[in-house]
Amino acid sequence: MTIPRGRLELLLSILLFVVFVLGWEAACVLLEVPAIVVPAPSAVAVAMYAGLASGELVTHFWVTFAEVLLGFVFGAGAGFVLGVLVGLFPLMERTVYPYIVAFQTLPKVAIAPIIVIWFGYGMESKVVITATIAFFPVLANTIVGLRAIPREQVELMVAFTASRWQVFRMARLPQALPYVFVGLDVAIVLSVIGAIVGEFVGSQAGLGYLILQRNFNLDMAGVFAILIILSLMGIGLHLAVNAVQRRVVFWMASSTDRVMGA
Amino acid sequence: MADGTAALVQAAPLIAARGLNKIYPTQSGAPVVALQDVSFTLRQGEFVTVVGPSGCGKSTLLKILAGILRRSSGQVTLAGREIDGPSRDVGVVFQAPVLLPWRNVLQNVLLPIDIQRLDRKAHTPRARALLEMVGLAGFADKYPNELSGGMQQRVGITRALVHDPALLLMDEPFGALDAMTREAMNLELLRIWGEARKTVMLVTHSIPEAVFLADRVIVMSPRPGRITEVIEVDLPRPRDLSMINSAGFGAYVAAIRAHFQSLGALDA
Repeated sequence: MTIPRGRLELLLSILLFVVFVLGWEAACVLLEVPAIVVPAPSAVAVAMYAGLASGELVTHFWVTFAEVLLGFVFGAGAGFVLGVLVGLFPLMERTVYPYIVAFQTLPKVAIAPIIVIWFGYGMESKVVITATIAFFPVLANTIVGLRAIPREQVELMVAFTASRWQVFRMARLPQALPYVFVGLDVAIVLSVIGAIVGEFVGSQAGLGYLILQRNFNLDMAGVFAILIILSLMGIGLHLAVNAVQRRVVFWMASSTDRVMGA
Repeated sequence: MADGTAALVQAAPLIAARGLNKIYPTQSGAPVVALQDVSFTLRQGEFVTVVGPSGCGKSTLLKILAGILRRSSGQVTLAGREIDGPSRDVGVVFQAPVLLPWRNVLQNVLLPIDIQRLDRKAHTPRARALLEMVGLAGFADKYPNELSGGMQQRVGITRALVHDPALLLMDEPFGALDAMTREAMNLELLRIWGEARKTVMLVTHSIPEAVFLADRVIVMSPRPGRITEVIEVDLPRPRDLSMINSAGFGAYVAAIRAHFQSLGALDA
């Protein structure tokens, strides 16, 4: 009765997971599902342990992780810089932005083979593919964020003799940060997809490469083990972005607290 | 104040406006005349309020004085100089406090200092003294979202005073506050004005507030926005809330209200 609400919800969520895994295991055993269709959780756990113990999963993890991070940094960085330029120079929005949108409508999976041909089978092509995917959400959110400033705020600063650049640096840019972080959060999760897509198209290492290999050998439990690792990578990166966001955009967090408490 | 005023009348006015017009072009043909032939002066140290219903151009007038809106024609000078842009000698307060949420109270107050590239350290003691004057001495390190609406607006007023401007322009500064906070803020503003010795022009749509604060009330009417009357408020200072119940105060309020009624513009 005296268990705090948050603790109770966590317990329920863990319980749900346990029930789900047990049910899955039971279904596999009782219904005699072939391991090449759906592996039992116990088989996945064994595959996971084997992969970690032999170091195979670890090696490929680092390759993919590096591709995700590098692609994210380049893509998000380019998106932010271009977003700031578009925000600073309205002319850019009318001249350059339509082409960026046109590029964004291209499915990245469709251009991935071209990028592999241009940049080779190594990490470079994966970084480029990831960057093209991480780019747009950051760009779009930066542009929106730079527009989000209240008109009165600008008028006030101008009345205090602020220059265009000062209004930008002291008000518009910080005001845009919460939006930029929304873009970064979307971009980091998409980056994982980007790296895997790139590895599917052509690669010599990485978790995507390993998935293809194991799929070919009908090693379903091994593939599931990789999926779990990919999912954990995505969650970890998302949490990392959130942690940075709470530090940088510190004023947003406390203000939502107040609204909830009011 | 009453005997000091006479001497100040002779001094050159801080603001002199002659024949101010502001015309907004509209998409659908007929341009909107926001201000028509507006002329007035502000004396040094005077507290003037501008009252009128919405759409009478009072905010437009204030923004022209602040140098953030271009007039269509006419002349306006600040301390003898033509206004052709924002001036360092002006402090502004809008209806919304528009504090920067990532700056704490002290940093928000120092914003004009940062903008004007003045020495932050040298102005911090003054900023702290002003915060103390508005009753926010213990709040220098708080962030805006930790303050009530009234406290935020007091930070806004402090910010408008920190660079020691000659003129304080206020556009419905208490419009968003509840009635009780508003009365308290009116008293506080008079106290600050008494201590800081600024020239204040405050725009409001509340007739009692206009009378309570002012040495003179400029009455405006809409479509086109123009000054229809200027009323000298001859009520004793310092003023307190009990004055609101006095016959003299009531007479001023009634006169202005009757004036709007005769114009058929009583949505004020």
